[in-house]
Amino acid sequence: MNFAVPNFLPALPEIFLLVSICGVLVVDLFLTDEQRWLTYVLAQFALLLTALAVVFGFSGETVTTFGGMFIGDPLSVLLKVVILLFSTVIFLYSFHYLRAGGQLRGEFFTLALFGILGMMIMVSAHNLLLFYVGLETFSLCLYTLVAYNRDAPKGAEAAVKYFFLGALSSGLLLYGFSLLYGTTGTLSIPEMAAVLTAAGADGSVNPATLFGVVFVVIAIAFKLGLVPFHMWVPDLYEGAPTPVTLYLSTVGKLAALGMAVRLLVDGLGPLFVHWQELLVVLAVLSIALGNLVAIVQTNIKRLLAYSTISHMGFFLLGLLTGTPDGYSAALYYMVVYALTGIAGFGVILLLSRKGFEAERIDDYKGLGRRQPWYAFLMMLVMLSLAGVPPLVGFWAKYSVLMSVISIDMIWLALYALVFSVVGAFYYLRVIKVMFFEESPMVQPVSATADMHWTLTLNALALLGFGLIPGGLLDFCRSVWG
Amino acid sequence: MGEMKNIYLAIVLAPLFGAVMAGLFGRQIGRAGAHVVTIAGVAVSTVLSLYALRTLMQAKAAGLEYVFNETLYTWLVTDGFSFHVGFLVDELTVVMMSVVTFVSLMVHIYTIGYMKDDPGYQRFFSYISLFTFAMLTLVMANNLLQLFFGWEGVGVVSYLLIGFWFKRETAIYANLKAFLVNRVGDAAMVIGIAGVFFVFGSLDYAQIFPRVGELNGLAIEVFEGQPWSMATLISISLFIGAMAKSAQFPLHVWLPDSMEGPTPISALIHAATMVTAGIFLLARMSPVFELSETALSMVLIIGAITAFFMGLLGLVQNDIKRVVAYSTLSQLGYMTVALGASAYSAAIFHLMTHAFFKALLFLGAGSVIIAMHHEQDMRKMGGIGRYMPITYLTALVGSLALVGFPGFAGFFSKDAIIEAVKVSHLPGAGLAYWAVLSGVLVTALYSFRMFFMVFHGKPRMDEQTRSHLHETPLVVTVPLLLLAIPSVVIGWIAIEPMLFSGFFGQSIHVDHHHDVLAHLADHFHGAQAFALHGFTQPPFWLMLTGIVAAWVLFLKKPEWAAALKSRLSPVHQLLDNKYYLDDFNALVFAGGLRGMGRTLWQLGDRVLIDGLLVNGSARLVGWSARVVRHLQTGYLYHYAFVMIIGLVGLAWMARSAAL
Repeated sequence: MNFAVPNFLPALPEIFLLVSICGVLVVDLFLTDEQRWLTYVLAQFALLLTALAVVFGFSGETVTTFGGMFIGDPLSVLLKVVILLFSTVIFLYSFHYLRAGGQLRGEFFTLALFGILGMMIMVSAHNLLLFYVGLETFSLCLYTLVAYNRDAPKGAEAAVKYFFLGALSSGLLLYGFSLLYGTTGTLSIPEMAAVLTAAGADGSVNPATLFGVVFVVIAIAFKLGLVPFHMWVPDLYEGAPTPVTLYLSTVGKLAALGMAVRLLVDGLGPLFVHWQELLVVLAVLSIALGNLVAIVQTNIKRLLAYSTISHMGFFLLGLLTGTPDGYSAALYYMVVYALTGIAGFGVILLLSRKGFEAERIDDYKGLGRRQPWYAFLMMLVMLSLAGVPPLVGFWAKYSVLMSVISIDMIWLALYALVFSVVGAFYYLRVIKVMFFEESPMVQPVSATADMHWTLTLNALALLGFGLIPGGLLDFCRSVWG
Repeated sequence: MGEMKNIYLAIVLAPLFGAVMAGLFGRQIGRAGAHVVTIAGVAVSTVLSLYALRTLMQAKAAGLEYVFNETLYTWLVTDGFSFHVGFLVDELTVVMMSVVTFVSLMVHIYTIGYMKDDPGYQRFFSYISLFTFAMLTLVMANNLLQLFFGWEGVGVVSYLLIGFWFKRETAIYANLKAFLVNRVGDAAMVIGIAGVFFVFGSLDYAQIFPRVGELNGLAIEVFEGQPWSMATLISISLFIGAMAKSAQFPLHVWLPDSMEGPTPISALIHAATMVTAGIFLLARMSPVFELSETALSMVLIIGAITAFFMGLLGLVQNDIKRVVAYSTLSQLGYMTVALGASAYSAAIFHLMTHAFFKALLFLGAGSVIIAMHHEQDMRKMGGIGRYMPITYLTALVGSLALVGFPGFAGFFSKDAIIEAVKVSHLPGAGLAYWAVLSGVLVTALYSFRMFFMVFHGKPRMDEQTRSHLHETPLVVTVPLLLLAIPSVVIGWIAIEPMLFSGFFGQSIHVDHHHDVLAHLADHFHGAQAFALHGFTQPPFWLMLTGIVAAWVLFLKKPEWAAALKSRLSPVHQLLDNKYYLDDFNALVFAGGLRGMGRTLWQLGDRVLIDGLLVNGSARLVGWSARVVRHLQTGYLYHYAFVMIIGLVGLAWMARSAAL
């Protein structure tokens, strides 16, 4: 039996990142707390070099390796680049927050980096087993990160909840995989699609396959935080350290997008009509519940949690169209959402300091007077989340709704539109609190130059991409050529 | 043509410049600065307009291309349709331009005297210059959209000027009324313009008129099973717009009240120019109107009603300006009758002569008002002629022109209209003929009633006023004299070219079945013969009867007038209350609409929309948010349970879909 040496090139970025993480981990062992910034700098280098490796390692052609288990295609490259670049911004915000709060430890960066490695494997997986490995790498890091503040009861509670529910969803996913394997006889994603196409030629479908689809959809819904698999989201957003929330709610969602596309579109594409109606139900529930419950929140992190639920519902709208335009719109929506979320959490992180978390909405009273610039940036974030033109959030909603209209599901577009009006209420309330309410609180804010400028650029990008929407949108379209 | 383009631009923009300067920088440039800059602006326009008139006529005589039609600026292009700002200057336009700028210039000068002590001096000058700009935009437009812009522009300025003395309750009421009544007309006009756009896909005259034949036989079913001729629909809609602006029955109610404004604008806007915009519109749209005899008949009948019945109202007014106002209504009726009879040239001709002599009469009345220290009640005047010789003479000229004494300007135009209606065969022409004919008697009666009451007889004012009576200053009398000249001579000069020698060329289109003026042309042998012939015609005798009757009733034997008044008290009552039209409007339209509004407000807005929809849905959202929130218990086993329920639900869905 001959063992062919696999082509390592497509997986080079992952290999490089793994080696780098190990390096960071070892270096970190020998650092004192004063020198901990070195870990941060090394982690940033690792991210940037990996991103370069991704960009320059990709020839433009789709390649598979490791016996077809691993794929490098435009989607995986785009997602990896966006994940890596967004992660550098997240690391930057987090570093300043953690240092100011005296919580700077090397584990944060190494765990986050391992998680990123998991995400990269997930989006490049072309085989269910490899996919599962990536997913679990990512999830295990997250469970730990949520409990980063070991002594905070809320953090521990959130971690336990997330761990148990996550385990449940992993179990369901594995069960789904086993059902699919049982009926199709393969774990390779493209082969599964081929088998399903052949089997479905006469219009019939094996009920066991269908149950497999249901389980897979549920696991995806759990990762995205869709109703009714969303219960962990608010508790986690509130309980986890803010940098972890930021990490999970932005790049984490991009990875979940990769998961949805790899499993549903690439693997179960032939069963589109069957999973489409499941997604419709999930989207309808998420959009309604997310927007409604966000109204009564007093904690801005919980508010953003419910807002995320509704945004994930919107994202599904693009996915459930089953058209390349819809997939591009969904991808665009997710990238825009992540960019906006990073800016929003960036402001929260900036305003927090040792012993004080700027997490109650009341903490933002009078911000327009105290910190007019950051209040302005926060306003951009809120308007973009609400989908007000000319901010980029508007174009994201617009393209998703247009794709829904193009498959003649006008009622669904109208429904989403009505709830985005409801949603505008709580976003605008934050703006109102910032600019039209007074607070006796005097809160010093110290931002280093890199934090200030990165945040400024990050928030102004929302305006910039909104004014010139073409580039980013075309970029997302190019994935489905 | 390029050189002319700049001239036309200057004609329009010079008054606008004056208006902006006087309006925005009035405080800096002062009173003198305001009138210098605005008068200079309008003077430039006047001179250039007259130059344009001469150039155009020379070019025409030389057989050159003389119609200027150019787009200056493209405002909007959408989906194959485009909207422009541009000028169309043809015969019709230059006549209007010359009349408008000349009268406007006279009024500007006159205003220096009339508004001498008014605190709103600069504002007033700014408004009248702005008006001149808007009116020129209207007449020079080469498309209906720009015309509509000018149309609304003059409407706004009219509104501002009627309410110029905004502290007076009556003035505010009057300008609101004018605005509202004009809204009614404008709504119809927009429908008309939309109709044109619907059929032709363009609003440019140059696009519409060559293709106007497409309207033939075109019908639209607004209500199912009721095809309406498109030509009639467009014509009548446009005419309703014209009815409001040109104060035709029953949309005339705003014009008498507009006398609340200062006298110079009554002369300029509510007599000479703005109110004739409707006449101009119909003349401009003559190719369309010619296609619909129904519309022409309607125009004829509405004009006849206005000409006769509004004249009657002039008989019972005591306010000097209101008499002139009702006379204006009646004369506008004459013009409308001419339009209805397809004698468009006669209508424009009467528009021109009327502009001069009616401006003259208004300014003369204003001169009297100045001398009387802003007293307008004729019962408190009398014998003023002795103290104010120039005003007296010019008012006499104006009155003779108005009643149509042979030789004066009004005679030529009015007689032409009466003759034209006589030979028209359209339905309603017979009625219209009798209305305009007997209108002559009424005109003479009220004109000379006013003339005698004001200038002759015993002075009825108090001693103090009488002792201060004297001729008004030069800035007032010079415009009077300058307006008196065309009031006498313009008829002699213009009747032949305008009515019978095809002066209007292609700018007015008359279907040869309706061409009443061609009919008259056969019997026309020069202005002199026309004037001499006038002495033998019924209108002359009717007019003379009217003057004599006025002399007897209001000067020699006032007791007869009183006796007649009590004998005919129901009629007098009817006239005094203006046919109860205002009361009808106030009760039915205003009252009805207010009632409807109140009902809709209380039921629709407060209960349904505010209560149920707006607050109701907000309450529903808030309530459901509070309820759903309780699902988030915080217990792990609840969370897991919800997930399992979700799993079961989705599995059941997939299962039932597969079966």
